[in-house]
Amino acid sequence: MIETAEILKVFQQYRGDAIVVPGKGARYWNDISTRPNRDVHLMPVAMGGRASFAFGLALAQPDKKVVLFDTEGDLLMGLGTLSTIAEHQPKNFYHFLLDNECYATTGGQPVPNAKHIAYDVIARGAGYPHAYAYDNLESFAINVERILSQPGPAFVALKIVPEIENEPIGRRKRWTTRTREQVLKDLWQELGITH
Amino acid sequence: MTQSHEALLSPETVLGEMKKNDITHVVSLPDSETNWLYVLMKAEPSLTLVAVSREGLAHSAAAGLFVGGKRPIILIQNTGLMESGDSLRGWGLGLNIPVVLLVGYRGWTRHGVTQDTAAVYTERFLNAFGINYYLVENNGDAPRISMACEEARKTRRPVAVLVGDEYHGFNR
Repeated sequence: MIETAEILKVFQQYRGDAIVVPGKGARYWNDISTRPNRDVHLMPVAMGGRASFAFGLALAQPDKKVVLFDTEGDLLMGLGTLSTIAEHQPKNFYHFLLDNECYATTGGQPVPNAKHIAYDVIARGAGYPHAYAYDNLESFAINVERILSQPGPAFVALKIVPEIENEPIGRRKRWTTRTREQVLKDLWQELGITH
Repeated sequence: MTQSHEALLSPETVLGEMKKNDITHVVSLPDSETNWLYVLMKAEPSLTLVAVSREGLAHSAAAGLFVGGKRPIILIQNTGLMESGDSLRGWGLGLNIPVVLLVGYRGWTRHGVTQDTAAVYTERFLNAFGINYYLVENNGDAPRISMACEEARKTRRPVAVLVGDEYHGFNR
């Protein structure tokens, strides 16, 4: 299993000018990212839609790489989104899955069949042309540049160390550094989008 | 009482409303009313269809499209609308997405007692979320789709259009 922060530090080396949807990786990504105006951290929204959201963003911005750091709990709530993504084959979409095998923010209860699901196999079966799985940092670090340099969509399942939270929500440290409105405003300014 | 065919809502009219409002993407899950519209949309070069497998995913996909600078519309049935409640709350309302929800109003009737619980709960559901809605039954009502698009843009909120034409050939 890999520490989330280590994954993100390695990824940062190859990020380029990609738009990043950091998901729950944001707790570390906010300190690692050097292009915050291209980071789309919008939590909390509604669980189950993060991959669809990032896919929509990729579809709308086909000339820019969109990198998603998803979680297995979120993906399992909307697994059918893999078939939608695969149907459109967005060449600019890179789907990383942070799999800690549990619902960490609710106390660490396991997701269904936590230890025996092969998310890369599911993604490949849904129609992703490239799907990988890594459970150690070395293998990920060796391959991530190649994965990001080839056309997407690509799916990368990563086994991560669970960081279980039992504190009442009101007492938890907030990771957000900007409001949702500010995140969108910064992104739109960065990309030259006017609504 | 019978209605003339001209009085009904044609898929061509709905497509025309989408084009008039510069819709770029239709995020949809097919329902019993929209097959012919689906065929027309597939053939329309200005539109990209995004087929989802559960209606909740439509709200997040549409949010991503809007955030990326596009103008999506969501095309689903009232049954799926109700299934998608938390996504509508978090993505559509939470991110202030100005999207029109074109909702097939399954079970709706002007006559007698409404038997289908899908119809019974539809407007109550929308009211619970504070989402404004327009009923569209025939071509004469079609400008309401443009009104809904304009309202969504002005208010930065989802606005619903209920398509109450399940039994009159919208599906051909």
